Order: sequence, then C-alpha cells, then structure tokens
Amino acid sequence: MDLNRENYEPVIGLEVHTHLMTKSKLFCGCSTEFGRAPNENVCPVCMGMPGVLPVLNRRVVELAVRTGLAAHCEIAPRSVFDRKSYFYPDLPKNYQISQYETPVCKGGYIEIPAGDGISKKIRLVRIHIEEDAGKNIHEANASLVDFNRSCVPLIEIVSQPDLRSAEEAGAYLRELRSILRYIEASDGRMEEGSFRCDVNVSVRKRGAAEFGVRTEIKNLNSFRFVEKAIDYEVNRQIELLEAGGRVAQETQLWDSVREQTRPMRSKEFANDYRYFPEPDLPPLIVPPAMLEEIRRAMPELPADRRARYIRELGLSAYEAGVLTAERETANYFEAVLPGLSSPRGAANWVMTEVLRVANETGKPIAKAVPAAGEIGALLKMVEARKISLSAAKTAFAAMLKSGAGAEATVAELGLAQVSDTSTIAAACDAAIAAEPAKLAEYRGGRDKLFGFFVGQVMKAMGGKANPKVINEILKQKLAG
Amino acid sequence: MASSADLNRLTIANAAARLRAREISSLDLTRACLERIAAVEPRLHAFITVTEKDALAQALAADRRLAAGAAPALCGIPLGIKDIYATKGVATTCASKILKNFVPPFDATVIAKLRADGAVFVGKTNMDEFAMGSSTENSAFGPTMNPHDLSRVAGGSSGGSAAAVAAGECLAALGTDTGGSIREPASFCGVVGIKPTYSRVSRYGVVAYASSLDQVGPFARSVRDAAIFLRSIAGHDPRDSTCSARPVPDYERALTGDVAGLRIGVPREYFVEGMEPAVEHAVRAALKGYQAMGATLIDISLPHTAYAIACYYLIATAEASANLARYDGIRYGTRAAAEDTITLYEMTRAQGFGAEVKRRIMLGTFALSTGYYDAYYLKAMKVRTLIRRDFERAFETCDVIVTPVAPATAFKLGEKMNDPLTMYLSDIFTISVNLAGLPGLALPCGYDSSNLPIGMQIIGAPFAEEAILRAGDAFERSGAVATRTPAL
Amino acid sequence: MRSAATDTRTRGCYDSGTMANSKITLEQVRHVALLARIELNADEEEHLRADMDQILAYVDKLGELDTSGVEPTMQVGESGTPMRTDEVTNSPDPEAMLANAPARERGYFKVPKIIE
Repeated sequence: MDLNRENYEPVIGLEVHTHLMTKSKLFCGCSTEFGRAPNENVCPVCMGMPGVLPVLNRRVVELAVRTGLAAHCEIAPRSVFDRKSYFYPDLPKNYQISQYETPVCKGGYIEIPAGDGISKKIRLVRIHIEEDAGKNIHEANASLVDFNRSCVPLIEIVSQPDLRSAEEAGAYLRELRSILRYIEASDGRMEEGSFRCDVNVSVRKRGAAEFGVRTEIKNLNSFRFVEKAIDYEVNRQIELLEAGGRVAQETQLWDSVREQTRPMRSKEFANDYRYFPEPDLPPLIVPPAMLEEIRRAMPELPADRRARYIRELGLSAYEAGVLTAERETANYFEAVLPGLSSPRGAANWVMTEVLRVANETGKPIAKAVPAAGEIGALLKMVEARKISLSAAKTAFAAMLKSGAGAEATVAELGLAQVSDTSTIAAACDAAIAAEPAKLAEYRGGRDKLFGFFVGQVMKAMGGKANPKVINEILKQKLAG
Repeated sequence: MASSADLNRLTIANAAARLRAREISSLDLTRACLERIAAVEPRLHAFITVTEKDALAQALAADRRLAAGAAPALCGIPLGIKDIYATKGVATTCASKILKNFVPPFDATVIAKLRADGAVFVGKTNMDEFAMGSSTENSAFGPTMNPHDLSRVAGGSSGGSAAAVAAGECLAALGTDTGGSIREPASFCGVVGIKPTYSRVSRYGVVAYASSLDQVGPFARSVRDAAIFLRSIAGHDPRDSTCSARPVPDYERALTGDVAGLRIGVPREYFVEGMEPAVEHAVRAALKGYQAMGATLIDISLPHTAYAIACYYLIATAEASANLARYDGIRYGTRAAAEDTITLYEMTRAQGFGAEVKRRIMLGTFALSTGYYDAYYLKAMKVRTLIRRDFERAFETCDVIVTPVAPATAFKLGEKMNDPLTMYLSDIFTISVNLAGLPGLALPCGYDSSNLPIGMQIIGAPFAEEAILRAGDAFERSGAVATRTPAL
Repeated sequence: MRSAATDTRTRGCYDSGTMANSKITLEQVRHVALLARIELNADEEEHLRADMDQILAYVDKLGELDTSGVEPTMQVGESGTPMRTDEVTNSPDPEAMLANAPARERGYFKVPKIIE
C-alpha cells in the first residue's frame, strides 16, 4: 500500500483552545485557580442565574491581542461578541459567549522548522475570545457538574489547512505552545486541559486542487496523540478511498487505548448554533493607544530570541532551538552567561547537564538545578583553567545533592586544578624517568604511548592537573 | 396618628415631607399598605408574594434612620417590586412555574440601591410570565384585575405593579418595559409610569426577556413621584456593560411647570382608524391643553410605525429564545423527572413554561435559525435603524412627541387570549419607543364612558427625561384631569 | 388597528403544511422545538404551527421595505465594551450557589447520566 500512500497528500488544520492566564474569569470576578473543590469558584454570573450580565476582563483582551501580535495577525480595531446557542449541562446559559463573524485577530502565521534550516509558514485563519464551560463528571447512574471552569477565558486559534503531515502538526503545536508560554498568555498544559486541540484531517490526490472531505478529531490531550491520530486517520481515509469508498464528514473521538479514531455519538444532534451579536456587550474596541501599549509590553518571542542567539552569540540553529524551546531554559542560559567568554561552552553545559537533570526529575529548571549564577561561577572556573571540565561535572553532581554553591563545593572536594607549569613539568619528568623503555618506544614511533604518559602524569597528580598544560609540556619533553 | 385609610394614598413627595415632619412614621405607612393589601388582594391579585415581616423590619429601620437625620428620598416609602427583580432571600418567580421556587442569593442593582436608601418592599408583584404579554393574563399564578373594573385586565406585563399603585397597596412600584409593559398598564390603571432611555438604569438582576429592549422604570401616583423615584435608581453600574455612565440629573428640578414654547410633535401614524374614539378625544383634548399653556403642536410623520410590531416580535423573541435557554432545571428552578438529559430539558421546559412563552421562544429560535437569520432577525435589525431614524428626524423639529398609550382602554379578561396576534397589535403605540431606545412617560389624561382610565404618552429624545417629565408635570398641574380613585 | 389579520377566523387551517403559501411546516415546527428543547404534544404542535404561520405571515411585511445599505442596529454602546481590571473580587460560597439546585451531590449539580 506504500505506493498508493504516496499518491495522496494529507491536509491538516488545527484548532487550539487555550486558557488565558488571568487571575479572574472572563466575565466575572471569580478566581480561575485550578484544583478547587467543586463549585467554589462560581458566582451568579458564571452560573447563569436569572438576571446576570457579563463584564469583560481587560487582561483577556490584552493577552488575546498579544497572541495575535506574536502570530503576526491583523488586530481588529472593532470586533463583536456573539451568542452561540446549544444545550449541554456544563453550559450554564445554554449559550456560549464567543466571537463569530468578527474575531479580534485575523490572518497571521506560525513559522515551524521544515528541516534543513528552512522554515514553513503555517497560516492562521483567526484568533478569537470565548468563555469556557464547566466540567461534567460521569458516574454510574448520573453525571455531576462543576462550574469552576465555567467562564474561564479562552482563545481559539484556528489554522488554515496548511499542514501536510503529523510531524508538521506536532511542530506547529510545539511552536504555538512555546509562543504562548513566552508571552505569558497561557501555561500550555495539555494534560491539565488548559491547551486543547481539535484536528481537521482530509486527504487528496497529489496535485489535486480541491480539498477532500474532512473529519474532525476531538479529545486529544497530548501532542503524541495528535500525531498518532493524524497518522491513523490519514491511513484510514486513504484505504477507504482506495477501496472505492467515500469519506463521511463526521466528528471523531480519539480512543487512546485502542489507538484509533471512532465516530462520536452525536453530542448536539441539531448543530444550529444560531449565532447573533451579544446584546449585553457593546462591541470590543481596541484603540491604537491600547494596541501600542500591548505591543510595547510584549516579551521577546522565541523566534526572535533564537535569531539573537545565532547572530550575537554565535550559536548554531540547533543549539538556539534547544535553548529557546522553553522560556525558562533560555532565561536560565542567559543568567549563566555574564562574565563568560564562550557562550557555546555555556550553551553546551545547559543543554547537556542542566536540561538532563531537569528532564529526569521532571521539575522546572528553577527547582531542578542550582541557580544560574552558581553554574556561571563553575564555568568561569573552567574557563580560567582552575578546574577541569570533568571536575566541573563532579562538582555539579555534588551541588545537586548538597545545594551548596560552586566555590564551596570545589573547595570542599579539592577539585581545584593545577595548572602551574613547574609542578606539571616536574611530574612529567618523573613519569618519563620512570619508564625508559616506553620512552624509547615512543621516540621510536609508537605515538600511541603519548596517552600512556599523560595518564601517568595525571595519576601522579591525583587527577588534578590541567590536561592541556600536561599535553603541551609532555610533548616538548617526550620530543627530547 | 393619621388614619390608615389615607396614608396608603399619599404621594411619595407628600409622605416624605410628613415623615420628616414626624407627622407619620414609616411603620404607619407600611401598616396602612399591608392592611390595604389584606383587604383587596383576594379580588385584585396584584401580588405573588407579600413580604409582611421584612417590610415591617425595613420600616422600623427606616424610622430609626429618619429620626437620626437626613435620609434619602425613598427612605421609609413602601414599594411594590415586580417579580422580575432578583431580591436576595425572597422568591423571584417571574410569574412562571419554572421559577416558582427560585430564591436568588443576590439583589438586582436597583434593589440594592433602594435597600441602601431605606425603602420598604411590601411584596413582589404579579406580571405576565417572563414579561411576555400585555395583560398579566399570562401569569402562571392567575391574572391581576384592574382596580377600576375587576372584570378587566390591569394591562401587562407589569400589571401587578400598576394595579398595586392604583389600588393603594403601595405608594409606588417598580416595573419593567420591553414593548410597553410599564406604559400600557399605567394607562389602563390610571397611574403614572415611565420607561427611561435604554441604558439609563441598570439591568443587572432584572431577569432578561429581550436584552436590547428591556428597561427598568417606576410606577407612581404623580409625575413628581416618578421623577423622584427615577433619580433614586438611575445611574451607572459596573455590573451592566450596557448601562450609561452619564450623570443623573436632579429630575425634580426640571419640574418647572413651564411649557411655553415647547414644541410637541403629533405623529399622524398614531391617530388612525381603529382607535377607540374616547382615547383619541382625550389625547387631542390634552394637546389643546398644551397649546393653551403656550406649547406649539407640530404635525410630524413617523413613516415606519406600521412595521414596528413585526420588527419587535422578531428581535424580542430572538433575544428571548437565548435568554430563556438557561431554564433547564439543572442549577435552579423546577425540574421534570427524567432518565436522560434530553428528556430533562424537553420536559422541564414543556411543563415549566406557559403557552405564550413557548410561542415566543419558538418564534425567536426560528428567526435565528440557519437559512432564516437574514430574512428575519437581520432584516428586523435593519428596520429598527429606520425606525430610530424616524425619531431622530422628528426630534430635529420637536422637543417631545405626544401620542396615546394604547388604542383602547382596558379590555375584558379573556377577550384577547384566543389570538396572539391581536394581543401583539395592541402594543402599536409603545413598541417603537423601545426599538429606538427612547424615554417614554405615560400619565392619565382622561376616562372613557365606563370610567376606565386613558393614558397619554410623552416621548423624548435619548436621555431627555427632564423634558418629558416637565411636560407631564405641567399637564398634571393644569388640573385638566381629576384622577379618580378606584372604588375598590 | 383591527386589520383582517387579527380575525380569529384566519387562524383556520390545521392541515399540516398543505395550506398554500404556509410559512412553516409541521416538520419545521418539530425541528425548532428540538433546537429549543421543548417537548410538544401533537395538539401543541398543530396550534404552534398555526400561530407561527400567522405571525410569520404578518412579519413578512418587513419585506416591503428596502433596507439595502441600511446598517442593522446591533448594539447600543456609546464607546466600546467597558472592561474591568483582572482581579478576584468574589469569594467562594458554594452553599449559596447550590442552594437552589433541584438535585445535588457532594457539592456538584446532579443530572441524569450524559451519554457522549
């Protein structure tokens, strides 16, 4: 079937809903704090009691516009809220306040790496503001509803169907989440439900101008599942078409146990949302002054940071990519840098040692490893040849356990490296004198024995000699 | 101590003066009202809930406050509250079975304001279910009778409030007006009612019928009282995003009694065939009276008047269909037994809503549905603009516009219940005012041969409450109409 | 004001949808009832169909007006949506919020089991 697969091109669009990181809800003063007891963070407004009215949270507008600016969108100076009507137990008013015809952000794009240093622009359709619904918990004989999440602010980010593979979809989601975390719009926690993704998948014969029928897959709560679901669904559609069948336009759920998609039993079988402008809210106006303020307050975006690292610090695209994947990592890296002459050394250290520990422990960088200043101090000692690189690694491991600072640890473990040329010269002399036979062999052409002599010198010096200096001096002395 | 029989008939202005002069107490006033309620309620049915204990407690507190010094205008004044206002701890039913056991944990903003001012609430008044109706016959708890003739309707949807004021069960009352629901019952019951400019008064805590049309307003026994009451409740509310931040004038100060030079627009579309002759006669007589006081009458046209009802019944029902979607028996209200959620929704709403409410929800849902939105809802919103423009043009040459409130006086109970459209058509003179968001004052201007009150409507430009109150007050003062107390 | 349309006589035909020029069929009424989540019995369906038919025929008069180029009056706002500062101003009071619940359990609102 591989041959036939090649004739087809997957066409994928993603809709991401993410919570905005505000203290209070979109239309009321309830807390958005996660994890409270049921129905603690609710009030008459977010519970849809008779007579209540919505009042817009300014921070939501700021973060939505920020996101639009980060994604190169056009910010609508005037947009309108709409009511989207449907009945569901977690929807208190049985309509959701959203934006339909006039979203606050239009157009835009997210750039993803497309291999070999090229990047691909994935165009966006729109970004708009809407309120979240509560949560249903299903028990044996009943369902229970908690409205804590009701009215929490969401933005919905809709991409054009520009993605052509599961990998691209994964790259898009990762970049989007990274941007959202960088601009502090969202914490992007998919497992906690603050970053949700629906996928639209279709296939078409390569070269075809029109799109095929698409299905929508919901209930994906990890990037891995998004990629798997896409692969599964693409295959399913291709096989169906190859067998002469037709793809039905339907909504599917991802079954993460069986790892397959299945059609959803209709949730709201008559899906006529009957959108109309929300009469309780005047149109949303983003005046130029507000737009400017938001633009000015914008944190540096990951793409800009990457570019800066490459341009100003001489890092490779790969290194810049790894370091900027998370804003905390990049901030940490920059806090390590001051006083060091080699950014690449620091980059290497953060990428290998620091990230390794952070990933292993699963903790955020701030909690997983010693403070950036301490690592900086350690690396300064390496640059000044006070300790060897391997000694630094030993010190690091000890610092992880003890929480002590760099200077103290190096001192305590006696890791200070000897670079004093006379001491090393003396040790070289001693090592050479002790092995006349090997010396002769070396001088006779067995270059490999160089390493042997280095080892002897190191052993004699208790591993604390600066290897570079040993090499220089030994070379001279062995040469005779 | 003054005789109870008189106290419940006082105006706010009068009662406030006597309270401050220590001639009477709020307790006296309140007791007088409660006694009257006990005497007439079995026949009148203006109240759904009478809050006797709370009222007496409020009266005592008001008296202490009055004794201590300066107190707000409505301190100690017994009021009726339409059962559409959220009143904390007191049932708020909207005259519907679906909310018959709903006790809100919060106050509407205007209720909180009145409480803070020390007003006394004697009870929650009857209304058409969810404010949908023009006669209070759509109440799930039985209609309210007209105090002037118990075989006739009190008007609607704020019939209970209008009747309560007319019958002396309270000194004033709160109503709401979406298509005429303050003005029409005011006219039928022979009291003053005002629908302020849309956004003048906060809608927070007022159970929504049609969000872009609903407005809060008072019923009172005189235009001065209405001015006093309006000033107490108007003003900005951060909880209502549509509420205006404009400062609230001292409306009483506008009541100069002087209408010399006032330009009164008389729209020809409001004096048409089919009106009761007595109504036309009374309003035209009032207009002559204005001329005698120095006002000028200007013949104007509001050409899109005939389209107002169609326009209203698409917009109001559409908004209502969404506003009433929340009544599903899940978070509050009554609930039907059900094994699955679909049945829960369908049966709860089938059993909980009355026929008129269902009809409007169905209409509104249809008007918004795919394929019909453009032809119905969107079209109506455009016609609304045309109606607004009619008034804008009119106010270029007039200061106020005077019309009848309704084509007829109070009709008999049951007379219009067979045909919804006939009922809708009786809103013809009031409805455009809501569509254009303008202020409208209704006050008595005569009686027909059956002694039924006839109301005159004075319409103003946006936020021109002062102009219409001044005009209304001047007419009242002219003594052209002697208000008749119902024999009840 | 008493036009022909108000005569109760014209409410006549209860024939399901075969009336000439009817504005709404029984099928449509059922669909709308589903969208609005209101259960109607056969009698109510018929009455509603007739009522809606009459009212929709009446509102059709809006079609007489040329509204091309007319902006709809969508909202009454003088200067954009008012915005509030992002701060928590409500304190938890689950008991008050649950007090009106027709069915509750362990702090939740209870409904019949939802099938996805």
